[in-house]
Amino acid sequence: MSIFVNNDTRVVVQGITGREGQFHAAQCISYGTNVVAGSTPGKGGQEIEGVPVVNTVQEAVSEYSANCSLIFVPPPFAADAILEAVDAGIKTIVTITEGIPVMDMLKVKNYLQGTDVVLIGPNCPGIITPGEAKVGIMPGAIHQRGKIGVISRSGTLTYEVVYQLTQQGIGQSTCLGIGGDPVTGVNYLDCLHAFENDPETRGIVMVGEIGGDAEEKAAEYVHTKVSKPVVGFIAGLTAPPGKRMGHAGAIISGGSGTAQAKIEAMRKGGIEVCEDLGSFGDMCSQVFV
Amino acid sequence: MKIQEYQAKELFSAYDVPVPEGKVAESIDEAVSIAEKMKGFPVAIKAQILAGGRGKGGGVKIAHSSEEFKEKTKQILGMNLITPQTEKQGERVGKVLVEQGVDIDKELYLSLVFDRSSSKVAIIASMAGGMDIEEVAEKYPEKIVKVRINPLLGIQPYHARQVAFGLDLPSGARKELISILNKLYKFYQEKDCNLLEINPLVLTKQEELLAMDAKVNFDDSALFRQKELSEYQETSQEHPLEVEANKYGLNYIKMEGNVGNMVNGAGLAMATMDMIKQVGANPANFLDVGGGANAEMVENGFRIILQDENVKCVLVNIFGGILRCDVLANGVVQAAERTGLNVPVVIRMEGTNVEEGRRILADSGLDFRLAKDLNEASQKISEFAN
Repeated sequence: MSIFVNNDTRVVVQGITGREGQFHAAQCISYGTNVVAGSTPGKGGQEIEGVPVVNTVQEAVSEYSANCSLIFVPPPFAADAILEAVDAGIKTIVTITEGIPVMDMLKVKNYLQGTDVVLIGPNCPGIITPGEAKVGIMPGAIHQRGKIGVISRSGTLTYEVVYQLTQQGIGQSTCLGIGGDPVTGVNYLDCLHAFENDPETRGIVMVGEIGGDAEEKAAEYVHTKVSKPVVGFIAGLTAPPGKRMGHAGAIISGGSGTAQAKIEAMRKGGIEVCEDLGSFGDMCSQVFV
Repeated sequence: MKIQEYQAKELFSAYDVPVPEGKVAESIDEAVSIAEKMKGFPVAIKAQILAGGRGKGGGVKIAHSSEEFKEKTKQILGMNLITPQTEKQGERVGKVLVEQGVDIDKELYLSLVFDRSSSKVAIIASMAGGMDIEEVAEKYPEKIVKVRINPLLGIQPYHARQVAFGLDLPSGARKELISILNKLYKFYQEKDCNLLEINPLVLTKQEELLAMDAKVNFDDSALFRQKELSEYQETSQEHPLEVEANKYGLNYIKMEGNVGNMVNGAGLAMATMDMIKQVGANPANFLDVGGGANAEMVENGFRIILQDENVKCVLVNIFGGILRCDVLANGVVQAAERTGLNVPVVIRMEGTNVEEGRRILADSGLDFRLAKDLNEASQKISEFAN
C-alpha cells in the first residue's frame, strides 16, 4: 500500500512536448512509471519518448485509460490544464508548474471543493511511491521502499530529508510535495489522513516552512487524529518578516506565519521537531524504531 | 508588487471609486500650485513611500494656510521617513500627494484580501477606521465584519448588504457603500490584487464616502497579464544587488550577516540560512538559484554574493535534482576564475552527478573547501565566520 500513486497509476503528461515535460517524462518512464500518453493541443499524433501524444486529456482517458496527470504547462495556461484534467475524469492531478496566478488557483480550488479529485501542487516536486511510480521531478535514486510517509512544502529540502532517511536505512511508503504556493491542492491534513489510514505507513515526516497557518492546523490534527509517530522540520527561522522567501507562499506577514510559532504548535501537537537539519536522519532513526 | 497611494487612487478613479481631490508633486513649487487650485484649506500633504505607518513617522500633515502648507511640504519632501514598517535607515520621500481636506464624520476600515485559509476573497470592514486592523481584531473583535466570496461566483448582493448593514451607516451612505464594494471587487479581480486596503474610508458630514487612503498589492505571478501595471513598478527602493539578481532571474534577498550562501530551492535555502545561524554566524543573504539553473545562473549568483562587502565566507549547498552537480561545479569554477576567490568557499553537494561535480572542483586547482555532509559544512562555516 501507499498513498495516491502506485502500480495501477496510468499517467498522462500534460505539456509533454515542452523541454521540461519531455525531460521529466523520460525520467519517470526510466524509473518505471507507467506513462501512457502525453498531451499538447495541436501536437496529437506524434510520439515522444515512445509515448503517444494526444490533443486533449479526454483522449488520453478514453484511448489510453489514463487515471493520473502530471502537468508541466506554463503558468498562463496551467489552471486551464488542471480544469481540463478534472473534467476529463482524472482523479489524481500533479502540477509541477511554478508561478500560476493566485486568482486562477482560487478558482480551481473552489471548483474542486466537494469532488474526490486529489490535486498535488502546484509549484511542487510531485509524488513518488518508491519502486512503483514516480510522478514528479525528484531524483528517483535517493528513495528506498519502506514504511515512512513524507509530506513537504518544498522540493530540494525534501530530497535532503529523504536522502538522510535512506542513508539511515529508513525507507519510504510515499513522499510528496504539496507545493510552495499560497493556494495548493491537497494540504497537510489530507496527507496526514491518508498516511494514517495506510496500513504500510508506520510513521510520518512533515517538512514545513514559514508563511500561512497550514503547519499549525496540521499540528492540531496530529494531536487529535494521528496515532502514528510524526517527526517535523520547519525552515525559515532566520527569514526576515515581509519578504517573500523564494516560494510565493513563504512570507511572514503581520507577525503571523513565523517558524517559531509553527515549531511551538507542532511540539504542542505531539510532533518531534528537529531544529538541526544535519541530524534529521539520526533523529528519525531514534523516533521510528 | 506594491504601488504608492497616489497610483492606487488613480486606479480607483478609473473604476469610479470616490477619492478626495488631489495630485502628486515632486517639488515644493509644484505642490504649492496644486494647493492654490483647490477649494481652500485645510489641505493634506502625504509622503509617498511604499511602507505603511507614515503618519506615525511624520509623513502626513495637514495645513490650514498657505504659509503652513509651504512649511510642512518642505519638511516632508526629501525627508528620510522612518516608520515602524521601513528599514532602520528609512525611505527618502521624493513625492508628496497634495489632497483637499474633508469634513470627516466617521472613519471606517475596508479591505479586500485573499484569505489563505479558506481559499476565498474576503471583505473585511470595521467601524473603527484609522487604526491597524490587527489591533481592532484584538481589542474590539465585535466591530469587525467579514464576508468570504467564492471567486467562481463573484460578489453577490447579500455580501455587500451584510457589510453595509454591519457598519451601521445612514441609508444613503449604505447604498453608496454597496456600489463601492461592487466596483472594488471588480477591480480586485480584474487587476489580480492580493490586497486592497482603504484605511480610513471616510464618511463625510455631507454623508459621502471617500477613500482617504489606498493600499494595493498585486500578485507578482499575474504581472504577465497586467502589462499596464509595469509603469508603476519601482526598483529604486530595492537593494542594488537585489535588482541585479532579479535581472538574471535569481531569487536573492540581501541580509545583514557575513556568511554568503547559494542554494538550489527555496526551502533548502531557508534551512541553510538557519543552519548558519545555529553555528553562531549570520547569513548575508538568501539566494535560491532555482531547480532548473544553468552554469551561467550559478556564475551570476556566485558573483553577486561576492560583491557584498560584508561577506567573510561562502557556503554553497546544492542538492542536485534537476540542477546537476556537474553543472553547478562548472558555474562555480567559471565564476571563481573570473572574479577571483578572496574569501573561503565551502561547498557541499549531493545528488545527481555528484562524483563528476566533485571531480570538476578538485581538478580546477582552486581552493574550495569540500564538505561531505551538512554537519561538516556547518562546522567549517563556524570556523571561518567566527
